[in-house]
Amino acid sequence: MPDSRPDSRPESPAPLHLAVALEGAGWHPAAWREHDARPAELFTARYWADLVAEAERGLLDLVTLEDALSLQSAHPFEPDERTDQVRGRLDAVLVAARIAPLTRHIGLVPTATVTHTEPFHLSKAVATLDYVSNGRAGLRVKVSGRADEAAHFGRRPAPRLSVEDFDTPSGRAVLEELFGEAEDYVEVLRRLWDSWEDDAEIRDVATGRFIDRDKLHYIDFEGSRFRVRGPSITPRPPQGQPLVAALAHRSEPYRLVGRAADLGFVTPRDADDARRIVAEIREAQAAAGRAEETVHVFGDLVVFLDEDPGAAADRKARLDTQGGAVWAGDAAVFTGTPAELADLLQEWQQAGLTGFRLRPGALPYDLEQITRGLVPELQRRGAFRTAYEASTLRGLLGLPRPASRYAPAVRDANRAAGALV
Amino acid sequence: MSKPVKQIHLAAHFPGVNNTTVWSDPAAGSQIDFRSFVHLAQTAERAKFDFLFLAEGLRLREQNGRIYDLDVVGRPDTFTVLAALAAVTDRLGLAGTINSTFNEPYEVARQFASLDHLSAGRAAWNVVTSWDAFTGENFRRGGFLAQEDRYERARQFLTAASELFDSWRGDEIVADKESGVFLREPNPGRFEHHVSEFDISGRFDVPRGPQGRPVIFQAGDSEAGREFAASAADAIFTRHGTLEAGRAFYTDVKDRLARYGRTHDELKILPGVTFVLGDTDAEAQEKADLIRHQQVSGQTAIKLLEQLWNRDLGDHDPDGPLPRLDPLVGEHTVAQGRASVRMHRDPLAVAAQWRALAEAKNLSTRELIIEVTGRQSFIGTPARVAETMNEFVQTDASDGFILAPHLTPGGLDEFADSVIPLLQERGVFRTEYQGTTLRDHLGLGAPRPLRAAAH
Repeated sequence: MPDSRPDSRPESPAPLHLAVALEGAGWHPAAWREHDARPAELFTARYWADLVAEAERGLLDLVTLEDALSLQSAHPFEPDERTDQVRGRLDAVLVAARIAPLTRHIGLVPTATVTHTEPFHLSKAVATLDYVSNGRAGLRVKVSGRADEAAHFGRRPAPRLSVEDFDTPSGRAVLEELFGEAEDYVEVLRRLWDSWEDDAEIRDVATGRFIDRDKLHYIDFEGSRFRVRGPSITPRPPQGQPLVAALAHRSEPYRLVGRAADLGFVTPRDADDARRIVAEIREAQAAAGRAEETVHVFGDLVVFLDEDPGAAADRKARLDTQGGAVWAGDAAVFTGTPAELADLLQEWQQAGLTGFRLRPGALPYDLEQITRGLVPELQRRGAFRTAYEASTLRGLLGLPRPASRYAPAVRDANRAAGALV
Repeated sequence: MSKPVKQIHLAAHFPGVNNTTVWSDPAAGSQIDFRSFVHLAQTAERAKFDFLFLAEGLRLREQNGRIYDLDVVGRPDTFTVLAALAAVTDRLGLAGTINSTFNEPYEVARQFASLDHLSAGRAAWNVVTSWDAFTGENFRRGGFLAQEDRYERARQFLTAASELFDSWRGDEIVADKESGVFLREPNPGRFEHHVSEFDISGRFDVPRGPQGRPVIFQAGDSEAGREFAASAADAIFTRHGTLEAGRAFYTDVKDRLARYGRTHDELKILPGVTFVLGDTDAEAQEKADLIRHQQVSGQTAIKLLEQLWNRDLGDHDPDGPLPRLDPLVGEHTVAQGRASVRMHRDPLAVAAQWRALAEAKNLSTRELIIEVTGRQSFIGTPARVAETMNEFVQTDASDGFILAPHLTPGGLDEFADSVIPLLQERGVFRTEYQGTTLRDHLGLGAPRPLRAAAH
């Protein structure tokens, strides 16, 4: 029941969910120059393993790992030639897989671009991440409207897109197309994860059959953009349906979250903005017939945290000076103490957010402030778990493990409900 | 003999989705649980193997219009499981089969470069191409490729990916906190590649991995495949079972290297092989027969027969003689998703050979199939197997082997415990890893600059 969080008695607030978004040396472009930053290790497994281990010590629900099919850039849609910021990255799905055997509880949610990739490949990659993590896999789907990324693949014309165009009819058409394609893509991922029923592998020595092939299903997805036959080559993953997440800043992606995702990351400016965004997502969710399903909406915040009042703001200002500009991104920036952040999170939670994805301004510093400062503060307020209560990511987020849509009982129920199967 | 003693290279093939893998044995474990992969990888690493090898198939096999259910079905994603294995091993090379038809160079290059970073230099890529619209139905791009275009696609794909790997030299990242210089230069990773299959340009986003490029494998035996391997591969995964055939193949391929300015050491020839061990040779032979009967049930014999006959033989008695009808020559319609059906180039001639053999030895259909498909490569005591393997290598029938155990995940345990020490005693197999990367293990130098390799 995501959209009806009970009331707000301060002595027993609803627990909130916490995620951390890992990106490079932190989200501030100058963060790599901090004394405890490890910029020379960004391309090693140990660096990422240490960060995720710290997040797991803080009992966080999940980490996300940023990714793109191009180098980082100070421009939103084009490459740049700056030499004073982190450039270069590793494939996020593989980083997540590399870390999975070293962790036990925390959810692993890599980012993957759906615009230029194959849903069949990504489906089995995330299913496999679910196997190697024993049920802790998720995926953040991301669209690409960048001309340079299109040119890296050379398979489709590069859209001409800039932020100013977003609200022109042609800009909206491009966004509709990108997010519509993403929705088709997610549908294919989900069908492929369900394409093996859970008990399809029978190993029946008497009849010589390894599988019951009646429990494997062609998904026969046919959309306006592509077709996929199935079934997957990978059996149904431990969670059944690994978590699907998306970052959303406007109506087209809000609809994607409401219609297709389990978790949306949104970027409200304040509590009222959060309320408006949550309402729009809930509306899309209901319109898609998913009102009964849990869809989480997490607020994204870039955070700079220090115990000493004023120290975080000073640090952020110092980083801005080093970086040569006052830095601001797509999400609101918070500077302050862990207790002040806890106040803000609880206030925004009242607006309908079910959790937060915190983007540490600098790593590992602000991550440790979250795990060693914010988390104990929230625990004192009874607003955050004191131990991991489930062994899967769906479990941590209160999502049930769904039966395969192709299982006879589910098909019958869907048919009875008049749903298209 | 003045020739120096060669060192043997060994790899472990995770048991695959054909009838070599015996799933019906009580000792057979999961084909998908990560613990199975960990067990095989750690066994291989304990035995100082060069690498672990994963095959791939991108559509479940079908026969007679239905998903084939007699063999193992289902496997994980190659990249993902290799990246996870990098966390539980330190030195073992991690080789994955990745198709060049249903992928794009930018994505595959960033995945292999990432795997190479995450494993500290242990990534290898077995470059294969698919041939059929059947597999293409799982992909948004579709993907039928005429057979004659397959190696051209693979060659162009590998060249494009190599250009991406080389687009970072390896010294661009300075990351000097004091001066604020992260990159030595403004635009590393630039590439531009315009050929018939790929029209791509931009900047690659993964800095150069520890090995520069992953180790490149080629699998396949055609004329085009041999030439492709000689021009661009670091190792060949082949299937020449006998000493004579192995030596002929070895000589043929190694002699092609000079054309590309390469030396004999720059291409390793590694046949895929199977083995059965016993306390005596006779006991090993008995076990081998038993395993063959597990691998080829009566039902499986009929299915394998159908793959040559290209007909539905569902009513045929596996314990009776071969069918009187001849194979149907022409387009293969019975079995889909198998490379092996294309290997029967002259089905009528093969059928005639099989009939002659069955008659001469008085074999039923099942016994005949057991005889002509997949006999184990090495059968005997650990000492016999060590000696025979060494002979293959020292007489240039191969540079080592890719071993495919018939059991998951414990099928390599006995080999690791009994044969490896004997090879080590002979001084033909390492007792410790000498280097950290797979290139080190295989004795390969740094990758050559692209221009020289491209020819």
